[in-house]
Amino acid sequence: MREMINMIVVLTALTAVSGGLLAGIKTGTEERIERQIFQYQLAPAMNDIFGEVTNDPAKEKFELESAGVKYKFFPAKMEDGSKAVAFETKGKGGYGGDVGLMVGINLDTDAIVAARVTTHAETPGLGARAKDDPAFVSQFDGKTMDAKLGLKNDGGEIDAMSGATITSVAVTNAAEQAQAIYRELKPEILKLIQ
Amino acid sequence: MAQSLAKEFTKGLWAEVPPFRLVLGLCPVLAVTKTVENGIGMGIATTFVLVFSNLLVSLLRNVIPSKVRIACYIVIIATFVTIVEFLTQAFAYPLFLALGIFIPLIVVNCVVLGRAEAFASKNTPLMSIADGLGIGIGFTLSLAALAAVREFLGAGTITIWGGTPVFEMGSSFHPFTFMVEAPGAFVALGLMLAVMNLIPSK
Repeated sequence: MREMINMIVVLTALTAVSGGLLAGIKTGTEERIERQIFQYQLAPAMNDIFGEVTNDPAKEKFELESAGVKYKFFPAKMEDGSKAVAFETKGKGGYGGDVGLMVGINLDTDAIVAARVTTHAETPGLGARAKDDPAFVSQFDGKTMDAKLGLKNDGGEIDAMSGATITSVAVTNAAEQAQAIYRELKPEILKLIQ
Repeated sequence: MAQSLAKEFTKGLWAEVPPFRLVLGLCPVLAVTKTVENGIGMGIATTFVLVFSNLLVSLLRNVIPSKVRIACYIVIIATFVTIVEFLTQAFAYPLFLALGIFIPLIVVNCVVLGRAEAFASKNTPLMSIADGLGIGIGFTLSLAALAAVREFLGAGTITIWGGTPVFEMGSSFHPFTFMVEAPGAFVALGLMLAVMNLIPSK
C-alpha cells in the first residue's frame, strides 16, 4: 500500500512540475514564435497569393472576432488596383492536428484570389503535399462565396489529393470556415479598410 | 574522479558512439541527414535533451519507484523535448521547419531512454552529465559525418549553418541524387558502419 501511494505521489508531482514548467515556457516564447510564424509562414503565403502589392499588409493588419475567435486580417492593394484581404483559418481534422490555410479574397468581386497552406504537421510526402505542391489548393482560385468548397465526395467542388484524403478534408474545412467568416464579417472589413 | 569523468565523456565519442557502435537511434539518423545543417541541428537538440534528462533522472534516482521508472523517465524526457520544440520554434524557425516531426520524435529515441535507464539511473549527476554530453556530441558528429557524405554526393554541396553552402562543386559535377533520397540513407549508413567495423573499437 505504501509503495502504491509512493508511486502515485512521485508520478503526480513529476507531471505537475513538468506541466507548470512547460506552461511557463509556452507563455514566454509565444510572442516570438508568432513573429517567426509570420515571417516564415504567413508572409511567404501572402506573397504567393497576391504577388506584388502596393501597400504593406503586415503594417495595416487588424483583428476581428467571429464566434469568439480572433482573426488577423491583412488588407492588400493589388497591382490592378483591386482591394483584397487575406486571413488564416485553422481546418480541423488533419492527420497531425489543425491545418492552417491562408485565404486571399478580392473585396470587389468576392472571389478567392488564391489560398496557401501555412502551419501543419501532416506526413511528409503525403499530406504535406497540400503545402509543397500548390496544385491542390489552386482549385480554390476564383471560387466565389457561393461555391461549395467541400470535397466532391461530400457534394462539393474540390478534388481530394490521392493518398491524402484526411488532409484534403482538413484543408476544405478551413476554406469553408474562411467563406463563412468572410460572409459574416465583410461589412466590418469594408468599414475598416475605407 | 576526474579521470573517470573524462572516461564517461570520451566513450560516447568513439567506443560507444550511438548510431555506429550501439546502432541505436537510427530513425533520425536516416531521416534528417540530407544536409549537414539539419544533422547538426538534430544532434544539438538531442544532446540538449540527453544532458538534461540524464541530470534529472540521476538526481531523482533514489526518489523514483522502480515499478514506474520508465513512465517517470518518459515524462522527464518529453518535458525537455517540448522545451526544445518551443525554443527551436522561437529562435531557429527554418530549422524547426526542416526537422518537422523529428523533433517531437526525440521522445522515443532509444539513445535518450537507453542512457536514462542504463546509466543515469545508477550514477551520480556529474557522471550522468558527462555521459549525456559525450553520447550527445558523438551522436551529433555521427549525424554530421553521415550527412556530409550524403549531401556531398547527392547535391554536391556542404551546408553547415544558415542555409548557404560553405562548399560547392562546380557546374560540371553531376549530383548522385539517390544519396539524398531515403534509400540512399540506408546505403550510406551501411557503408559507414562497414568502415567503422574495420577499425577495432577497443
